[in-house]
Amino acid sequence: MPEIRSPVDGANHEPPRIGVYVCHCGTNIAGTVDVKAVTEYAAKLPGVVVSREYKYMCSDPGQALIQQDISEHNVNRVVVASCSPLLHEPTFRRVLSRAGINSFFLQMVNIREHVSWVHLDKQAATEKTKDLVRAAVRRVALHKPLQKRRVPINPNVLVVGGGIAGIHAALTLADAGKQVYLVEREPTIGGHMAKFDKTFPTLDCAACILTPKMTSVGSHPHITLWTYSEIVKVEGYVGNYKVQVKRKPRYIHEDLCIGCQECITACVYKEGKTPDQFNLGLSKRKPVYLPFPQAVPQKVVIDPETCIQFKSGKCKKTCVEACGERQAIDFTQTEKFEEIEVGTIILATGFKTFDASRHPYYGYGRYPNVYTSLEVERLINAAGPTGGEVVLRDGTRPKSVGIIHCVGSRDANTNRWCSKVCCMYSLKLAHLIKERTGAEVYNFYIDMRTPGKGYEEFYDRLLDEGVHFVRGRVAEVSDWAVHPSEEGKLVIRAEDTLAAFVRRIPVDMVVLSVGLEPQADAQEVRRLFNISCSTEGWFLERHPKLAPVSTFTEGVFIAGACQGPKDIPDSVAQAGAAAAEALALIDAQFVELEPYTAFVSEEECSGCKSCIPLCPYQAISFVEDKKKAAINEVLCKGCGTCVAACPSGSIQQNFFEDDEIFEEIEGVLAYA
Amino acid sequence: MLEKPKVAFYWCASCGGCEEAVVDLAEAILDVVAAVDIVFWPVALDFKRKDVEAMADGSILVSFVNGAIRTSEQAEMANLLRSKSKLLVALGSCSHLGGIPGLANLFDRESILNAVYLESPSTVNPEGSLPATHHKDDGHSVELPRFYNAVQALNQVVEVDYYVPGCPPTPRIFRTALQTLLGDELPTKGTVLAPDHALCDECPRKDTKPERLSIVEFKRPQQLLIDEQKCLLAQGLLCMGPATRAGCEALCVRGNMPCSGCCGPTSRVKDQGAKMLSSLASLVEGKEEAEIDRILATIPDPVGTFYRYSLPASLLHRKKLDRASLHEPAASK
Repeated sequence: MPEIRSPVDGANHEPPRIGVYVCHCGTNIAGTVDVKAVTEYAAKLPGVVVSREYKYMCSDPGQALIQQDISEHNVNRVVVASCSPLLHEPTFRRVLSRAGINSFFLQMVNIREHVSWVHLDKQAATEKTKDLVRAAVRRVALHKPLQKRRVPINPNVLVVGGGIAGIHAALTLADAGKQVYLVEREPTIGGHMAKFDKTFPTLDCAACILTPKMTSVGSHPHITLWTYSEIVKVEGYVGNYKVQVKRKPRYIHEDLCIGCQECITACVYKEGKTPDQFNLGLSKRKPVYLPFPQAVPQKVVIDPETCIQFKSGKCKKTCVEACGERQAIDFTQTEKFEEIEVGTIILATGFKTFDASRHPYYGYGRYPNVYTSLEVERLINAAGPTGGEVVLRDGTRPKSVGIIHCVGSRDANTNRWCSKVCCMYSLKLAHLIKERTGAEVYNFYIDMRTPGKGYEEFYDRLLDEGVHFVRGRVAEVSDWAVHPSEEGKLVIRAEDTLAAFVRRIPVDMVVLSVGLEPQADAQEVRRLFNISCSTEGWFLERHPKLAPVSTFTEGVFIAGACQGPKDIPDSVAQAGAAAAEALALIDAQFVELEPYTAFVSEEECSGCKSCIPLCPYQAISFVEDKKKAAINEVLCKGCGTCVAACPSGSIQQNFFEDDEIFEEIEGVLAYA
Repeated sequence: MLEKPKVAFYWCASCGGCEEAVVDLAEAILDVVAAVDIVFWPVALDFKRKDVEAMADGSILVSFVNGAIRTSEQAEMANLLRSKSKLLVALGSCSHLGGIPGLANLFDRESILNAVYLESPSTVNPEGSLPATHHKDDGHSVELPRFYNAVQALNQVVEVDYYVPGCPPTPRIFRTALQTLLGDELPTKGTVLAPDHALCDECPRKDTKPERLSIVEFKRPQQLLIDEQKCLLAQGLLCMGPATRAGCEALCVRGNMPCSGCCGPTSRVKDQGAKMLSSLASLVEGKEEAEIDRILATIPDPVGTFYRYSLPASLLHRKKLDRASLHEPAASK
């Protein structure tokens, strides 16, 4: 049970002696607000004993000013009119604490973001500032002494998503001795990176650098790896999350399967008949399969949709025979739910690629030899469906290949954002295709974006290798030949904006460099973990510059491409950062929570139960013997839902009591 | 023999039901009469305004005023009784919160007078004459009460010491209030003389209310056969009980009708209608906007339902009036 310190008992009975401190913030505020006029105005408000202005209230001398007034003028309530409380409320609360008064006797007025930065008319801005200061002065007089709650942090960490970001975060934490639960939706970890043959710009083999990390995850004593599993429920708060994980049935006992794959060989299907998702449908697999040779865990999966035993119940079950005494196959397996408790969560759920058929004029799905870049990654991969041969659907080698950039990126009709990785992977594919086939390769690009260590040099190298570059967005891909040389080819039509004319380039193969998009279920995942998404659907970081892996939910971090398009080095860097943030919380051992909890006044509660189903944190229960509602302070996050909904006004919330809020509203509305 | 405490009754904009409630005390009224000296009660006894004017200030112990303040005459009487009384008590919903007459605040004076004196189909008024405050006839001129632009609760016109809630206050509430006022220890000024928790607490159907109420449709009492044991909200009836002060012993619910909210909110709530709305809105099943709209459309008269007795005392108070009509003399204290 976490240690909780309740609000300090007893209101302060001394009459309020309010100090008002108006900050210039250099010229940020003083440029638009007449700070002097506000200070003089505040001095005359009831209860105000000191009113001062200062250039930077957050500076040491500014803080000293407040502290001095508290000791010399017996100021017992403080109003600071400056910037957002998000920025400096902790600063000024510390000042109050140092001066020996309860830190919640502070009210901040945000006259920078709410006034000076959004208004131009100095006089009107000054009047608005006075209104806001007046409201704060009236509110602060009612403030009650409160104390932060301190709760311990569970050192276990949940990592969601087993791509390179999730893998790296999990290993970092596990190496630091923390117990990590890594949950992956697919039957294997590895993510998109496992599909690649080479990585840019160094062209080192993706499998060579990824598989050691994957096997480390699989065998790490501090990592519990659950593949083919999804998170279904998250409860609790920073340091103390309760998570429910659904483990989908593989119809294989993971602890008994040794990955020998004899069952696959023995399957009554002699050939695979189902499109293999891992190879994006470029090959077929059997109902019992291993996603790819290096899969972790090395445990097969049975697909009930195609397995004869599941469909008819009348299979010879040669697989069971092959498995023999190991008895790893179990057709009766059902989904299982695991409950875990963790203190912090790292989301590394990755991305999906743009669906190229949304661009009908590029012919994807219509012309067999129009591929997406990810499909070509599989063709190039030595472990892929063609053993690394880049061949067309008919098995022949292409003599000419066109790579079209920005498919589903930088496009007002689909996605406006730049997917960041496509220029570089297109260059990589151009190099590899040329290397493997000797074909003429054409890159059609809008702008070549190669910022990054060694990236521009890689582009230079491609220019030297004789790859063709056409600057211009491709208008269409068609099989309509207007010249004998175009017969039987795919014709790429694009305006060459450097040469200023329209080119028609016939090729054998077209590669669409598809952009990155948020996962299809990003919104559901966002709700599950109570975080936000940007308008595009990427998970939203707490601050784009200064808190790039934190979210607005304490203890939930994001890493990798779920936050926005990112290449491998950036994803790994973010994963490391997220792991470090989690470690920082864990090592602090406890977290301080705001005391803004709601409480039921027992004798006033009528037991109408209106509040009970509303609590998003299941903090409210109905006490049968008393027939009243009760709030578990540990679970309450102070959202205020029950407070607003209590029809008899018997639930109040610390720091947001009705009196305080009404006083503030009336303060704003009381025209001076 | 000690002089008996003097008590006055007066009615303003109301139906007369509160006066009935006093009579409803039945035999107990004899105790009242024995205990007090009723010095003013126009509905039952022949007193004139000048009789009250002749009394010394503060000579009445308690004046019970029922009804809302709708006209200048009512405001004058309220002020007069205030000065003559030690305690001024608002009796019943109209005086306490504005009451049913307060629903007129959805309109302004002009539209009310037009509707009543010009537009109503049963009106015969060929000269189109409207109530006026001055009238001259045969060389004589009279001043008549002014009809205000908005209905006000008693405390919006004069200072009020206590409130007796209900439409009308039940005999039990009234009797208890009277005993309190005649007793030695008076409660804090401003107290509503009834329990300060919501009706669910004393509702006989409390135990049948489910923890998870999900409303898919609001029903009016005539639309279903009401189960006499089960929580009315759970049957889809809009029962104001959760947002209404207790004290009436859930008489309506015992009569198989939903609470309509006459006792007003608890002391902790400023706006009964808004509170009930905010509470119910959270219990409406339906995630899509169209579905939510469909469910809410099953409440035919939201203001008349949630603010049936409390519109003038609510945060909204009345229909938004244009600036010119806001300036009327003596509309407020």
